[in-house]
Amino acid sequence: MKTTNPLARLLRRSPFEPLQEHIRLVALCTAELPILFEALHEGDRIKLEEAADRVDRLESKADKIKNDLRYHMPKTLLLPVARRDILTLISRQDGMADTVEDIAKLLTLREMELPEALWPELSVLISRVGDTCEHAFQAIETLDELLEVGFRGRYSKKTRKRVTKLKATEAETDHLSAEVARRLFSIEKSLDPVSVIFWNDLIKLIAEVANRAENVGDTLMLFLAR
Amino acid sequence: MEIIALYGTAFIALAMIFGLYMTWGVGANDLANAMGTSVGAGALTIRQAIVIAIIFEFGGAVIAGGHVTKTIRKGIIDPTPIIDQPEILVFGMLAALLAAGVWLMIASTKGWPVSTTHSIVGAVVGFAIVGIGVDSVNWAKISKIVASWLISPLIGGVISFGLMISIRKLILNTKTPLKNAIKYSPAYVFLVGFVISLVTMFKGLKHLNLELTPLMSLAVSLAFGLLVAFAGWLMVRRVRIEEDEDADFHFASVEKVFTPMMIFTACSMAFAHGSNDVANGIGPLAAVVSIVTSGGEVAQSSELPIWILVLGGAGIVTGLVTLGYRVMRTIGKRITELTPTRGFCAELAAASTVVLASRTGLPVSTTHILVGAVMGVGLARGVGALDLQVIRNIILSWIVTLPVGAVLAAFFFFTLKGIFG
Repeated sequence: MKTTNPLARLLRRSPFEPLQEHIRLVALCTAELPILFEALHEGDRIKLEEAADRVDRLESKADKIKNDLRYHMPKTLLLPVARRDILTLISRQDGMADTVEDIAKLLTLREMELPEALWPELSVLISRVGDTCEHAFQAIETLDELLEVGFRGRYSKKTRKRVTKLKATEAETDHLSAEVARRLFSIEKSLDPVSVIFWNDLIKLIAEVANRAENVGDTLMLFLAR
Repeated sequence: MEIIALYGTAFIALAMIFGLYMTWGVGANDLANAMGTSVGAGALTIRQAIVIAIIFEFGGAVIAGGHVTKTIRKGIIDPTPIIDQPEILVFGMLAALLAAGVWLMIASTKGWPVSTTHSIVGAVVGFAIVGIGVDSVNWAKISKIVASWLISPLIGGVISFGLMISIRKLILNTKTPLKNAIKYSPAYVFLVGFVISLVTMFKGLKHLNLELTPLMSLAVSLAFGLLVAFAGWLMVRRVRIEEDEDADFHFASVEKVFTPMMIFTACSMAFAHGSNDVANGIGPLAAVVSIVTSGGEVAQSSELPIWILVLGGAGIVTGLVTLGYRVMRTIGKRITELTPTRGFCAELAAASTVVLASRTGLPVSTTHILVGAVMGVGLARGVGALDLQVIRNIILSWIVTLPVGAVLAAFFFFTLKGIFG
């Protein structure tokens, strides 16, 4: 016997759950970033390939969640925030993982050599990018609480603070990446020109991860806008 | 008259069978819907839900079920034109029961959100039009009833919206949500006991020979509310809060406090359901019994015998025990989005609205009001996602149910008339 109950059909799965599930995978993905470069630094190809594999798998899992969410968002839904903002948020979250995947791909496809002179600045940059991702992750983790309080009031301040920190850290990574680039150009004569180009790209990509994290924070702020 | 004298016992037996069939369906589906919310929120196990449903459904039917029954048996149609042929009314009421029962069975196999109330009202009107005449239908009353179907979910929504906002203001959006949850929980439980009992007892309960002035009923309701609040306070005190459970979800412990509070709203839902929906099955049954026992008097001046209310309650409970528990299990699994705070608001709002309608003698749909109440929580930005398509389906089911119920009733009416007349 089927139920004539419209309640079961009325209450759809909250879209904030997949958003959080997704960001957790993204966080695992970005956590591989320092491992990738450590492996490169140590010249450990196996470690690098393994990390790249994990990134690949995490990214496709995240992709699946993103697509599921998109396909299960009919226009008839009554949502506490704009439907468009939810869809934007998930694709921006996905952008973080995508960029990490791009980095991992480049590192595995081309046998890159890490110039020792870059390492001090580069490792600082990577760690700050990691912090930026962590802030984005923590901000999204407040979504279930935000839903409970209706996206405003005392609790939403916590989210705002987190996003403010996120933006400050992202600004820092901008400076840091400029410094790494400057360092790269200062030793460019001693490097193979093709490598310089690729390292320049890599530095940009690393900074891009933080950029994407900031985009996540910005979209989340739309949820809190009155 | 001779027909009544000849087949009187058979008519009563048929009415009882049809009435039981109808109430059984109500219990298997409708009541299970109403109780499923508390099961889904984790406040009750299925077994506990059934026990609560049995007690409070009966309570609602016997204590507050009289008004709606009266509307169904003698408020919708005026039988004076057939004063010489009381058997017409007997056939009609039997046909209405059968029509509503059959339609509900069809709808439930298809999974359509059809309401028992709408089916029975449509069926009674349908019989009246073909059996007595268009003028015999009390159209003023019908428009009032139809208006109540539109307004009652709105009222439920407004109340639950307000409740949700108040819980936010007083508990969730404060510095110490858990402390405030424990502090205010007796007040919210008080509200459950107070509102339901006040609406039920206002101006007394005539059929139970309980005469109360408005002031007295206010006092009794206050006392009852306080008693319930005390019980709630005891239960909330027993909630175990672990230090670290708020680490993952900040409001986990607040929800935990609201979980036992949903037991009270579950009771009020069962009570409200009993006060309104039992009438769908027993209204026509009561009409038949009254005509036959009075020897063919269509005016039906006699009071409603309690045993009929008890029979209706029994039918509903049987439906719940035989099939409803399965429905409850399915619903419980599927509506986990309705957390205790949200469920509390929705159920309290819905139960209050239904009891108010029962008091006014308006047959409404408990399920549709619950949908309205959940919408209220959603409009307060309290639910992740609500599918508004459901509203369209419900409205569609209204539009279909009334004519189908009417046509089926007309068909069964002529069949019965052919057999006995």
